Amino acid sequence: MRGLFAKGSVARFVAIRLAATFVLLLALSFIVFGLLHLTPGDPARNLLGPKNPSPEALAAIREKYRLDQPFLRQYALWLGDVVRGRLGTSIRNNTPVTTLLADRVVLTFQLAVFAFGLTIVLGVPLGIAAAWRAGSAFDRTVSVTSIVGVGAPSYAVGLLLLYVFGVWLDIFPVYGSGDGGLDTWWHLVLPAITLAFGIGALVFKLTRTAVVAELQQDYVAFAYSRGLDQRQVRLLVLRNALIPVATSLGLVFGFLFGGTILVEVTFALGGIGGLLASSVTFKDIPVVQAITLLTATVIALTALGVDLLYYVVDPRVRKRGLG
Amino acid sequence: MKRPPLTPIIAAVPLAIVGVFVVGSSWLAPDATNQDILTGATPPGTSGHPFGTDQLGRDIWQFALAGARSAVVGPIVIALGSMLIGLVLGTIAGYLGGYLDLLLSKYADLLLALPTTLIALVVAGLVDGGYWVTVLVLVVLFSPTDIRMARGAVIAQSTQPYIESARVLGLSRFRIMFRHVVPNVLPIAFTTMLLNVAFALVAMSALSFLGFGVGPGTPDWGRQLSDGRNLIGRNWGAVVVPGVLIIITAVSVNLLGDWLQERYEQRGVQR
Repeated sequence: MRGLFAKGSVARFVAIRLAATFVLLLALSFIVFGLLHLTPGDPARNLLGPKNPSPEALAAIREKYRLDQPFLRQYALWLGDVVRGRLGTSIRNNTPVTTLLADRVVLTFQLAVFAFGLTIVLGVPLGIAAAWRAGSAFDRTVSVTSIVGVGAPSYAVGLLLLYVFGVWLDIFPVYGSGDGGLDTWWHLVLPAITLAFGIGALVFKLTRTAVVAELQQDYVAFAYSRGLDQRQVRLLVLRNALIPVATSLGLVFGFLFGGTILVEVTFALGGIGGLLASSVTFKDIPVVQAITLLTATVIALTALGVDLLYYVVDPRVRKRGLG
Repeated sequence: MKRPPLTPIIAAVPLAIVGVFVVGSSWLAPDATNQDILTGATPPGTSGHPFGTDQLGRDIWQFALAGARSAVVGPIVIALGSMLIGLVLGTIAGYLGGYLDLLLSKYADLLLALPTTLIALVVAGLVDGGYWVTVLVLVVLFSPTDIRMARGAVIAQSTQPYIESARVLGLSRFRIMFRHVVPNVLPIAFTTMLLNVAFALVAMSALSFLGFGVGPGTPDWGRQLSDGRNLIGRNWGAVVVPGVLIIITAVSVNLLGDWLQERYEQRGVQR
């Protein structure tokens, strides 16, 4: 047992990171809960609508959702439920949060995977190609485009794409997420391009920088002078340069998962991002909590996975140990 | 790769124009918020309205022009505020070290571990206290990067001979920190700040796009864009004008920040 958790061991590293993630999630949930309470707005009133509701109706709703309890007690009760795997009931829809999320998580996941695929297919090869020909017209064109991709807000890009390809050229659907299967993928084309444009630009920059830096290493000059042909040298360079790229792609996925909110709202998709935005306005506490924690967990776990991936692919990290 | 000095000029021209919008919106767009519900949404080219009108009959172009202020001023304040926090806390952490450093670094770690967009949405959305409260929330969320930057730069500076000399001369720690270390950190701080303006611009307008931070009826690009989405079939100007303005402004600030950063790094290499 001692040996398993020895300093620098993988098990110890994972254990510490999981503990830290747990503390982070706990702190996050408390902050969100606290903010929901400190800020104006009352979910019970939101539910009953703008007309003057009867005190009895308000009291009944408050009791049902425990809104009448003191703050810390509400939090403790909520936490106790979560530990037992119960995420509670949405105040707005009166549906179990798990049901509400189950339908939507799939769509958000689909969108993230789609955009992730596009990001890899576009960002990495273009980054490599631009680095081979650093300074050329091709490199400049793609580099400038990537600056636009990094800088421009996704929702603005999305709406312009929506106008050009949805309304003007009338190729893609304008709203919603389709009726499942292929139709849904078709509806996700523009949103995925929008997401991939911004994040693909980052991946492009990263790949280009990594390959350019690797090309300046001494071993490259040595390999050429030994008479290795360009193809062989490039293979060597790629093997080394793509380690940081591969690991950063893991972070990209976590980022995509959290970054879908705006794109989902832009394209009126029924994923968890759109749900979060409207639940925040409504102060639908259980839903906001569940989505925040779900997203934070996905991001924290992908980050942990990335660090472990480093351990697998980079012998230097393996030798030094993690942590 | 040698870049022509064209980059800063290309970036500065749109920014100067946006600057004119911010300062002169009341002269340039006197009728920005004038409504004409009977007219409603009209397409571009309608007499007197080069980019048409929105649902409430407001002129798209004038409304967008007036919206520059709310889109730009907040982000600048956010970048300034978080840099101020970053410089003070980062310098203290970097120069004094010890428990204080540990505490501040952990605080920065905590905030950096959170997904910023998500937290900004949840916090600003929940607080929903209007424009300046949203700015304040974003200052807090932006500060960890600045704390880290300043801390790193200060640690790099404090091994330099001139700091050693100052210490030998018997200057107080406070004086060394803020009179001697900080001025040398300022160039990199300025670059970071510029890039932060770009991020804040995106974050702030994203929040107003989602309906937080800016009240209904206030001219603001993010808000105008989200209203324009419903008009996408009737008046393309309602989407294209604020969308293009946001993109051009954000990209220009980014371009300028990138350029400065590259120059700063190159100078560092040459030394």
